[in-house]
Amino acid sequence: MSGSFFQRDRTWHPPALTPSYKTSILRSPRNALLSLPTTLSEETGPVFGHDILGPLDNDLIRNYAKNGEEAIGQRILVYGRVLDEAGRPVPNTLVEFWQANAGGRYRHKKEGYVAAIDPNFGGCGRCITDADGRYEFRTVKPGAYPWPNGVNDWRPAHIHFSVFGHAFAQRLITQMYFEGDPMIWQCPIVLTIADPAAVGQLIAALDRHATIPMDSLAYKFDIVLRGRRSTMFENKREGN
Amino acid sequence: MVQQLHYLKESPSQTAGPYVHIGLNPNWVDITGVWDKDLGLAIVGPETRGEPIILEGRITDGAGTPVRDALVEIWQADADGLYNSPSETRGKADPSFAGWARQPVSDQDGSFRFETIRPGRVPYPDGRMQAPHITLWIVARGINLGLQTRAYFGDEDAANAADPLLLRIPEPERRKTLIATRSERDGLPVFFFDIRLQGEGETVFLDM
Repeated sequence: MSGSFFQRDRTWHPPALTPSYKTSILRSPRNALLSLPTTLSEETGPVFGHDILGPLDNDLIRNYAKNGEEAIGQRILVYGRVLDEAGRPVPNTLVEFWQANAGGRYRHKKEGYVAAIDPNFGGCGRCITDADGRYEFRTVKPGAYPWPNGVNDWRPAHIHFSVFGHAFAQRLITQMYFEGDPMIWQCPIVLTIADPAAVGQLIAALDRHATIPMDSLAYKFDIVLRGRRSTMFENKREGN
Repeated sequence: MVQQLHYLKESPSQTAGPYVHIGLNPNWVDITGVWDKDLGLAIVGPETRGEPIILEGRITDGAGTPVRDALVEIWQADADGLYNSPSETRGKADPSFAGWARQPVSDQDGSFRFETIRPGRVPYPDGRMQAPHITLWIVARGINLGLQTRAYFGDEDAANAADPLLLRIPEPERRKTLIATRSERDGLPVFFFDIRLQGEGETVFLDM
């Protein structure tokens, strides 16, 4: 399928300048964005084959652990589908994710939080969606995490997601939050999003049907990428 | 009651945060052994067709301070102007050219450097040819939604003067922010592309 992509709804996304998230103040453009319909440069994008994946890439409990050991924390499955705004599945697309450990500590050289590093937890994973746009991974639930913004700001438990889609126009990085976490509604980064319904789209639901008894809880998190026009009457000389 | 459209809403973006490298360049931050090598380090191979060039630059914030924790991805056509993508319908792109690369900027001075090739020209939807360009996508702590821009080439004056996107920038002075300046090093063309997120000389960012 080829055709231009739906315009992004930039009132649904967070705006660039969100002063309560302080770092955005100097890192947000002051000029208007230049708005144009997509061209081939945005309607194409890279693809990644299963050959890049190792057997443990979607198992964060074991992919950094020493032989026979596992990461410490509440065992969870995270699963969902990648769809576009027209409801079509987005198959064969790379989904990458990263997170802190169960205590809220990231494994990163610039990170100085006092909570302990888990020697068996790296915090990164990836998978490629199947023919129906589905993905799944196993991890430990990340802990809340304090950060230097306000004097006493804490991030809710969250997992970062990076998704490619089928076109560079669909490229997206976002964060997943957990159902019922009261800290979601206190977080300056979450609240860069104005519409509570848009925030709700980033909150994964606890799914007792997908939970594995005596093993792991499960959370469902669907991701929606930009939709694509498919009318026969698009004015394109190189074809539609 | 009219029929319902039933469109979904796009998942809202969130910042990539300061630790984006854990997920996207884990080996670079010493998370080794999870995957062999970070994705997107090399865009060209020995078989790649086209003129080798270097695209380098530096990202600064509204106070002129280098942004030391950003991550940059590039996406571009091959030497014949074809994209290595299943959505490319005009022909088969050079199989030894990925077209996509990514790297963290230097945690010292916010600089980045891609060894790539000069892309061929790609048509605009109305059939006019666009000037050669590389699409860049920048994420970082403090950036709520990835910033998209394009680098054009400082030695393509005639093509740049007729480029449909550059012509749409209302202030001619700001078009220059998308044109990488050419120099040479060891016989290779080097194009410097300064990215200023805010303030004087602010780069034009795209909503496409």
